[in-house]
Amino acid sequence: MRKPLFASAAIAAVALASPAAAQDVVIANATVATGDGSEPIENGVVVVQNGKVTYAGPAAGQSVASSTLIDARGAWVTPGIVSAVTDLGLYDVGAVGASNDKSAGSSRFNAALDVAPAINPASQHIKVSRAGGITRALVTPSHGNFLFAGQGAVIDLGDDANAVMQAKSFQMVSLGERGARLSGGSRTAAYVELANALAEASAFAAGNWEGEEALLTRADAQALVPVIRGQQQLYVEVERAADIRNVLGLKRKYSRLDLVLVGASEGWLVASEIASSGVPVIADALDDLPSSFEQLGATQSNVGRMRAAGVKVAIGRMSGTTDGHPRSAAQFAGNLVALGKVPGASGLSWGQALATISSIPAEIAGHGGKFGVLKPGAAGDVVIWDGDPLEVSSVPTRVFIDGVEQPLSNHQSELAKRYRDLDESDLPKAYDW
Amino acid sequence: MRARALLTGLGSALALAACTTANGADDTSVKSASSSDEPRSVFMGEDGNVPFPSTYKAYPGAATALVGATVYDGAGGRIDNGTVLFRDGKVVAIGASNTATDGYQVIDGSGKFVTPGVIDIHSHLGDYPSPSVPAHADGNEATAPTTPDVWTEHSVWPQDPGFSRAMANGGITSLQILPGSANLMGGRAVTLKNVPSRTVQGMKFPGAPYGFKMACGENPKRVYGGRGRKPSTRMGNFAVNRQTWLDAIAYAEQDDPKRDLGKETLVGVLDGDILVHNHCYRADEMALVMDMAKEMGYKVSTFHHAVEAYKIGDLLRENDVCSAIWADWYGFKMESYDGIPQNAAYLQREGACVVIHSDDENSIQRLNQEAAKAQAAGARMGVEISDADVIGWITLNAAKAMGIDDMTGSLEPGKMADVVLWNGDPLSVYSRPEKVWVDGALLYDAMDRKRRPVSDFELGQPGMGDVK
Repeated sequence: MRKPLFASAAIAAVALASPAAAQDVVIANATVATGDGSEPIENGVVVVQNGKVTYAGPAAGQSVASSTLIDARGAWVTPGIVSAVTDLGLYDVGAVGASNDKSAGSSRFNAALDVAPAINPASQHIKVSRAGGITRALVTPSHGNFLFAGQGAVIDLGDDANAVMQAKSFQMVSLGERGARLSGGSRTAAYVELANALAEASAFAAGNWEGEEALLTRADAQALVPVIRGQQQLYVEVERAADIRNVLGLKRKYSRLDLVLVGASEGWLVASEIASSGVPVIADALDDLPSSFEQLGATQSNVGRMRAAGVKVAIGRMSGTTDGHPRSAAQFAGNLVALGKVPGASGLSWGQALATISSIPAEIAGHGGKFGVLKPGAAGDVVIWDGDPLEVSSVPTRVFIDGVEQPLSNHQSELAKRYRDLDESDLPKAYDW
Repeated sequence: MRARALLTGLGSALALAACTTANGADDTSVKSASSSDEPRSVFMGEDGNVPFPSTYKAYPGAATALVGATVYDGAGGRIDNGTVLFRDGKVVAIGASNTATDGYQVIDGSGKFVTPGVIDIHSHLGDYPSPSVPAHADGNEATAPTTPDVWTEHSVWPQDPGFSRAMANGGITSLQILPGSANLMGGRAVTLKNVPSRTVQGMKFPGAPYGFKMACGENPKRVYGGRGRKPSTRMGNFAVNRQTWLDAIAYAEQDDPKRDLGKETLVGVLDGDILVHNHCYRADEMALVMDMAKEMGYKVSTFHHAVEAYKIGDLLRENDVCSAIWADWYGFKMESYDGIPQNAAYLQREGACVVIHSDDENSIQRLNQEAAKAQAAGARMGVEISDADVIGWITLNAAKAMGIDDMTGSLEPGKMADVVLWNGDPLSVYSRPEKVWVDGALLYDAMDRKRRPVSDFELGQPGMGDVK
């Protein structure tokens, strides 16, 4: 669902981008991993027509006729990676406040905050992520001064002006230690704030908003209406087992809430309850330290154990990387495969691990089958790799988004070219570009 | 110019380090014969000991032969189907498959890999431990721009669960705990063996020289400029540093000066007994720091973070300064804007010393993967570096930069048996440590759940003793 504001932008972008319009592409002789949790297919074929995948599977029986035929020579091909819970596009330099739109701690507003107009499609982090095979992202605001952080968007990382494919995709709320702190110092306050906010939103929806008497601003109350109606997902940052149970319990009172758990370090302790609730999880995959009193049970086996219990799990924020960079998603997924060789640990199969960074985050965001997977009807987001995509030594060689081949250059790649040597015998490095 | 006499400490310091063994408590308690034989940075206590001496002693271990594995020795060597022998805490031999293993407990390493224990040159485990609560934030004495008087070992909480994760997932056997970077001079760093202990003294690496943490760039000027005091600019950073060095030199020239903890550390740096680890991101700033060091008569061992080191690999090589870096961190602050994944490979191309570091309680569990990432980034730009050399980035090079390479960091006869048996290629995301030995003692075994350290903090908590 695209807002009218962005529809006009999209038309302009398509006009400008016409030289790079979607090609019909056939990639043959590939090791195809479709992203749906299945294991890779040797000697596979991927066909993209009019910007959409029309076939992905074994070569047998395929008639290949296309404007662009790529012989992958056995290379790995995957759907574009989907980054869940990221601040991609919201900042240039984390510590340079003027360039950073992640949070708005001094704003009068909270739930109404919407990342869509802040996203910069030309951000270097988007370019670097694109070169890392990321093609879509669930961009999330960070918390400012209230337990609601605001509304996140689904974006594509295409090299065009039109990044936002779904604005106001979800609302972000924190109900663990952070939510307690932002509510005045206790979980007790966080739950009262939550109840009050949802009550004011209900009143607003019913036309009974109390105006000046209300604690939320008009904009924030209005922003929460789709949440209480279940029309907008509510992403809940929560870690502790007890907090997870409380969040799942919200459905008893607010039956229409469309919940997603974010973090859930102790999810494995309540995995069967999460599974039976049907609430999906975007987990911090490799957190294994008791970094707070709400994560005492953290283990890298969390994702594997939750999945084994039937929970739908994607990988989100990545601790110990440069600002949780989406580029690290494949490495984190690969680490979950590695756990399969550790006695007592719970990991994922290779296909399952890829799914946690492709089809599953797309499904969680309500775009199942539309991207993050190679199957007919999905967006033509295709990545060709120079090795096993989950291996740390691998990077994409070619990236397509909506069937359009993408440039992979950026500030980093230009620096890498300039400093290929340190020779300044003729001119300073400034002339080497 | 300072009196040359000040430099006499250097030789004796090296001698002290060289003769110190794993049972270092005995050696470090030797009382000095005269002050001129003793490093100026080491003042004996009233009990005749160095202050806070290491009490670490190697735990017992079986004489062990690892056979059939691919062995990276840390010094650039690789032996396929190799044999590694260790007993009594020391490496005895490393060789081909025909090496005799009589008298050793043989462990089949077929399909597996052996490396020296991984060393993290930049860690805050213990001084910023888990849980990460304000009561535990003990890494930055951010109350004055220069605090050379503080010693980070006095902040290390040995019960930090992070030490065990670093061993189990990262194969870390030694690590340097640094003060933070709020200050121009953050204080003394300490090198630890990664062994569970009730006291920090029980972890102190016997005979390791102290480190000295310095920081240039944004952090000090932001912290102190923000309080309306010097330094508030990069030029202020240099002014405060230079004056502090001048004062230390003047102190060193005094006969029998009044004891001054900060000055003693600075004199230790000037004498070469204490190694400078300088947090610095930008190439231009590192060049200035190297000139400041020449002006004042000290040496920088290592620039830490050094995201722009690739721009001056030649200068770093000429000055014999290591760069301790991340594989690919960038963009989180202005001075990290030009970080590129080829940093390590480009430094190696110039013949400069590369160390991969973590500065992070999560990334320390994956230094091997970070090294592999940096290697691949270089290869794509035509800089080919062998797997064996890349393992050196997280073992021997780190040991050199920390001044412990005569004791650990590579698998050579006589060195400490700090060894990791990996369940696959350590440069692959799919591999994990299977067994980790520190001084020949098996302290982690993925195949034996009781051979998994559990800190006091974790007892009785959810997931006690869980695989992490």
